[in-house]
Parts: sequence; C-alpha cells; structure tokens
Amino acid sequence: MTHADDLPRAQDAAAAESQRLADYSARIEALARRLGLDFHPVDFELVPNNFMMEIAVYGLPVRMPHWSFGVRYIHQLIRQNMGHSHIFEVMFPGDPCHAYLVDSNSLPENTLVTAHVLGHADFARNNQLFARFMEMAGGRILEQAAEHAHRIESAAAEFGAQRVEAVLDAALALEPHIDVNGELHRLPYPAATPPPPLPSGAAGPFDRRYRALPGEAAPLPPAPGSRPIPPQPEYDLLWFIAQYAPDMEGWERDIFLAVRTESFYFYPVFACQIMNEGWASYWHARLLREADFLPDQLYLSAIKSHSDVVRPYAAESQLALAINPYHLGFSMWEDIIEGHGLEVARRICREEDDFGFIRNYLTPELAERLGLFVYRTDKDGDITIGERDIHALREAILAPKFNYGAPRIAATALQPDGSLELTHDHQSDGRGLDLERAERALDYIGRVWRRPVTLRTISDSGAPRELTVRKT
Amino acid sequence: MRNTSVISAQTSWYELFSRGARDWLRHNQKVREAVQENLTDLIANPDIITGSQQRSVQVPVHFLEHARFRLNDSAPAHPEAGQGESQPGDVLHSVRPQSGADAGHGGEGEGEGEIRLMLELNIDDIMDWLWEEMRLPELQPKASGGIDERQLVREGWDRHGARARLDRRRTLKEAVKRRALQADPLPFTDDDLRFRQLAQRRKETTSAVVFFMLDVSASMTVNERRLAKNFFFFALQGLRRQYARVDIRFLAHTTQAWEFSEEEFFQVTGTGGTGASTAFNLALRLIDGEFPPSQYNIYLFYASDGENFTEDRAAASTSLRKLAELANTIGYIETALGLLRSSETEMKAICDELEDDGAPISTSILTRQEDVWRALRKFFLRQAGATEPA
Repeated sequence: MTHADDLPRAQDAAAAESQRLADYSARIEALARRLGLDFHPVDFELVPNNFMMEIAVYGLPVRMPHWSFGVRYIHQLIRQNMGHSHIFEVMFPGDPCHAYLVDSNSLPENTLVTAHVLGHADFARNNQLFARFMEMAGGRILEQAAEHAHRIESAAAEFGAQRVEAVLDAALALEPHIDVNGELHRLPYPAATPPPPLPSGAAGPFDRRYRALPGEAAPLPPAPGSRPIPPQPEYDLLWFIAQYAPDMEGWERDIFLAVRTESFYFYPVFACQIMNEGWASYWHARLLREADFLPDQLYLSAIKSHSDVVRPYAAESQLALAINPYHLGFSMWEDIIEGHGLEVARRICREEDDFGFIRNYLTPELAERLGLFVYRTDKDGDITIGERDIHALREAILAPKFNYGAPRIAATALQPDGSLELTHDHQSDGRGLDLERAERALDYIGRVWRRPVTLRTISDSGAPRELTVRKT
Repeated sequence: MRNTSVISAQTSWYELFSRGARDWLRHNQKVREAVQENLTDLIANPDIITGSQQRSVQVPVHFLEHARFRLNDSAPAHPEAGQGESQPGDVLHSVRPQSGADAGHGGEGEGEGEIRLMLELNIDDIMDWLWEEMRLPELQPKASGGIDERQLVREGWDRHGARARLDRRRTLKEAVKRRALQADPLPFTDDDLRFRQLAQRRKETTSAVVFFMLDVSASMTVNERRLAKNFFFFALQGLRRQYARVDIRFLAHTTQAWEFSEEEFFQVTGTGGTGASTAFNLALRLIDGEFPPSQYNIYLFYASDGENFTEDRAAASTSLRKLAELANTIGYIETALGLLRSSETEMKAICDELEDDGAPISTSILTRQEDVWRALRKFFLRQAGATEPA
C-alpha cells in the first residue's frame, strides 16, 4: 500500500489530481467524524477501470477462478461499453476498510465516492449483521479469498482443472445455500448415542456362535431409532456436504468450505443493500453539502453524479419495473432523519437489516410520494399494476431477498447407502422450482456426492415431483 | 491502529493479467466442447457438403448458464415491485426483458438474451477432433503405378548455377561468416556465392474423386437419406484431409441412374424399383471418360436400403466388381432405420461376396445416428489397411 506522498512522479497531472483527492478526502473524513460518523479508517486504492470491473464481477479483488465469472465478466464488459453501467467504487469492510476507486473517473466523481465510502464504513462498523460476520470471520476476507483462490489453483495443478471445476460447479451453484442464522464455524452433529451394549450375561454360547456367523459379526451401524443425520432439516447445504459427503476428498471439502466462507461474507452486503446504499448516499450528499472547502464547480459536478446514481429510473423513462436500492434507501433515510432525528436513524442503522427496515420504516405516505407500486406479469408478458397496499408493496420489495435470494432447500436425510435426500420447502416459498435448472444443479451436486441424490419439490401444477441423479 | 485513511494509486501489476478474461476463455472452451458433442446436429444443414468451401461453419451458441436452484418463474404470477407514475389497475403491454438479479451477489447475469455468441468452427478442426476421438488412421494415397506427375522442387544450394537462381540472402550470410574469420577480408568472393538448386521429383497423385451414389427408390425415407447424408459428409471431409483436390459427383438411381447437383441429390425421389447396376455403370462411364484411375484416387460410396431387383443381381455384381478394380475403396452403407432384418438383403449379399473375394469393399449397416461413427471408423480402418504397403 503506497502513501499519497510517495506517488510516482511520472504522471504529474494524475499525481496532482490524486493529491487533491487525498486532500479533500482527509478533510471530508474529519467532517464526517465531526458529524458523528464512526468508522474504521479506509485504505483507498485507485485502480484501472478493467480491474475495477473484475472486482465488481467477482465480488472480491482476488477470487477463485470459475467459468461462470467469465460469463458475468463479458456481460459487464458489454454493458459498460454500451454505457449502461458505470462502477464507482467497491468497498470491503474491515479494520482498516479497503475501498477501490476507478483511476479514470473524474476528481468530482471520486470526491463524491470517498464520501460515499465513509458512509459504508460507518454502516459496516455499526450494523449488527456486519458486526456479527466480522466477529465470526475476523474481517480478513480479502486475504482469505486470495488464499482460497491460491489453494484452488494449487488443487487444479495437482488434481486436474476438470475435477476442480466439477467441485466448483457444485459449490458455487449452492453459494446462497447457507444457514444465515447459524455460525460460520460449526461442529459436526453430536454423535448418536451408541446403542446400549448387550448385557454380558445374555451372551450365551448360542449368541456367541450366532454372532460368529458370516455377516453377523460386523458391528451394527447406528441402530434404527438412534439419531438420524441430519437430526433436523439442514439448510446449510455447503456445510452439510463438506461434512457428510461419503466419498469426497479433503481438498474437495475444502473448496466447499471456501465458497461457504465467502458466502457468509456476502450475506450482510446482500441483506442490507437498501439500507447500506441508502445510508452511504445520504452521507455523501450531506458531507458534500457541508464541505464548504470544496470549489463550487467541483461540488456541482459531484452532485450531478449523485443525482445520476440516486434516481429511480433511466432519464428517458417515467417508470421502472425494478426498484433502485440507492434511491429507495436514500429517500427512506432522508424521511427518517427528517421525522425522527439522527439518533433514531443511527439506532435503526445498528439494529435492522432490509427486512426490518422496509417493514418498519417504509411508510404509506413515502411509498405514495415515491410512486412505488406492485405489479404482476401474466403469461403473455402483460403487466397489471396492483392495488396500493403498503403490506403487499413491502413484501414485493423484499421477496427477492428471502433466504439469500434462493429457494429454501434442506438436506433431509442421509441414507445408510450414502444417498442424499434434499427437500424443497415449497410451502414457505409459495411455488415450486424451475425444474430444468434444478435438474442441472442437482447434476452438479451428484458429481461430487457420487451417490444418488434426490430432490423433492412440486411441479407447475402443484403435484409432488421428485428429481434424482445417480453418478458413480 | 491508524486513524486516518490513505489513498494510493500504484497498480501497474493489475495490467499483467485479467482473471475475467481467463474465465471467459474457459467458458468459450466449454462451449466448444459442448458443440463438439453435438456435431451431427450442426451438420444437418442443407448443402453443407458442397457449400463448405470456406472450410468453416458459423454456429450461433448461447452463453452457458451456471445453473442454480431457482423458483419457478412460470408459476402463477407473483407480485414484484416497481416505481413510477401509474394507477392501480393500469395494464402495460410490455416486451420486458427478464430483469437480472442483483449484480454481484448471486446474479447470474441472465436476461441478456440479446447477446449472442457466434462460434466459428473450422471444419478441419472438427475433423481433427473426430480423428482423435475415433483414433482413425490417416489415409494412404493409392500407390500409383501409372503416369506420375513430375514437378520441380527447390532443394539445397550450390556454388555454381544460373544467375537467376542466385540466393542473395544466403550469399550474404556466407560472406559475413567468412569475413568474421579473415583478418583483412574482401567484401565478397566467388566462394560466397550460393545458387538455389532445383530437383525433379515424382509427385504422388493427390487428386481424388468421390462418387456418392444413392438409391432414391420410393422405399428410401427422408430419415434414411439423412443418415446417408451424414455419413457422406464425414466421409468426404475425411478424404479432404488427405487430398489436395477432391472432385465430387452425385449419382442417384432407381431403375435408371442420373447425375444430380447436391441440392437435388438429397431431395429427389424416384418411383418404381431398384436396379443398382445402372448407377454402377454410370460411375464406370464417368471414370472412363473423366477420371483415369492412374491420376485419381477413386472413392465410391453407395447408400441404399438394400433392396435390389433379383434380375439385376448378375449385372450389379459384375459392374461393382469392375468398379472395385478401379477404386481405392468402396463404401456400402445400408440404411435400416429402426428395424432388424432377419435375412441378408440382396445388396449386402453382393457386397459380401465381393469382399470375400478380396475386393476393397466395406459394408456397414446404419440403424441410428450413432452408427455413422462406427461406420466411418470401419470404413477408414478398412481403407488404411487395404492400401498399406505390404
């Protein structure tokens, strides 16, 4: 990490600009602390746009290789070349936090972004969900992810890229299937209580000879009636497979656990997106407004970028069929701080995630003012706007966020022959699975489980449906 | 712990590699593998045999999707949230692209239906894959006993020669070498001069002619022809690997034989019975007139459902025997879609008899698409064995 004062001299203009950015950000930081923001210091790094794009696509600056990231990468590249997408920053909480900015973005943009990142840093330090993850994982996700990537590349060299890819196909397909309320570090289920030994007196000559017969001598597997595995439906599939797959090798389990750790890291970011982006947007707007040391021109350009980010729909349209989390979060925080003051806002910031935030603080008045609505799409693609009902609206906003955005699928039985039984809790999800994709995802799992895997769900018509893969 | 933030910008190492590009290339490789597994579907296009002069086919492919468990989107409409000016009950008629999930986390980047990948597959690559996959031997050109073509090829250098063949580059090199060794060197001496030499070489016959012969009597169904076409296509490509020039002729017959263009060849339907000798005789006439066996490697492929008039038997057998003497190899493909015959067909009997007499005929029965590969393998192995120098 290089300090601002020993920047290379080669590009004087860039260095001067970087110096001004360092200067502004130091003063913005001081202002933020005066306004009561409470954050770990941030290591900002200016990186080229193409690297920034990779950080955004992979979610982490150095992450395990997988072809599916390549697909996201190319989509992002195309979107960016078409001008549909512009990445400003990616921030990783920790002590210190790490934030990446794009070196080709303008000074006003990057000034805005440093203020935005301070908002994130405050949120990440104080929000209970973030704090809980930091406690479990130790706030070293960048190093851990790089270490995972390194181990996976070594595994590829040792065991062959094909085998490693097969494991990653399965593990990454299950990325959101963790138990977000559970612990990152888990012990196996408590061992089943061994069956009571036969009373020694009862082992008469007949019993002894009987047990000496072929096939009778082996100690019985856990007797029926002892604790089954899993003892209750297990939603942490990554952990369950890493722990109980009958035929997986150590390095394969290791990959599952690496994916799981990263998944735990991503969860607070996912579950607090509206709050977090809104909070950061509120603070960048406020910090810039109160930073009287900024030149007017710079302030105007920065605030123009602000309104591009925090807008509900593209400039040319009047309506969006999705909600911009920046806009919604920003509007809600403004509404809360105006109505209840900053102290209440800070408390909400600490205690809630998006579920509590939306359900408790998205008021009917605000929803009306923002023009939020619920709609349904029928089979022909026609869209009908629903009644204005705040409860339905809140649930519609939150629906994509339930259970980490994935169907609720649990491991429900590990049979004595090693076959695995998965059950989709279609009742709480309200519908069945996309069967075609489910079959392929199951296929990935089957390749690493290496015994039959069965998944129960329901079909389009609501009839029970059972998918099975058998791989050897 | 430090209490201030820092900004840095020393990042040149990022330029050294792109993980995104690396994973993207891996994706493309997977697409190619997937395409490879579905080759036969790709070449089902019309006119691919003669239309493939540019030696490559463009195949539109979809991005591969890394499947995850997802809820069923086609289930009864579920509520979603939007924003903008609207009234309850408004209906929007929309051609909405499926909205993508959150970028970054769990987003699969779906809903990019407008982006298509065009994969350009080189036919030679396809054939290389197949050859590798089936472990096929390379074809041997016929050991030519007739008139050899002769050609002059460059071969080595000499210190004497015609001025026009002076190799100036080589001469200069020699001068440089000499001057490096001598104390007081001359710029050039006569010893430095190098002239290109020509030598006369016998040239192996590298032209081939392929006759595709098809029974188009009413009993040959569309699917049977498709099988034959698939076989023809790959057989041709296999021959093209070996020969610089390949002429192709399409002959069809019922009780008489005609020559067709490729397009007509696979569509024409005749009525009436089957007299294979007519096609064999037509091939003989063409060979006689246009393709002297001393200059051409001759291949014949005949596809039929095996029916042939018994009265034609002697004629067909005689003609085929004559062809067998002229041709490198004859491939007989019997299409028998989905049925197992208890007894041997007329045509197969003829071919088997000839094969027993040592004629270069290889017979295969195609009942399914997969049989095409087996038949190709048999054919090319047979061909290699038949022409290998003893």
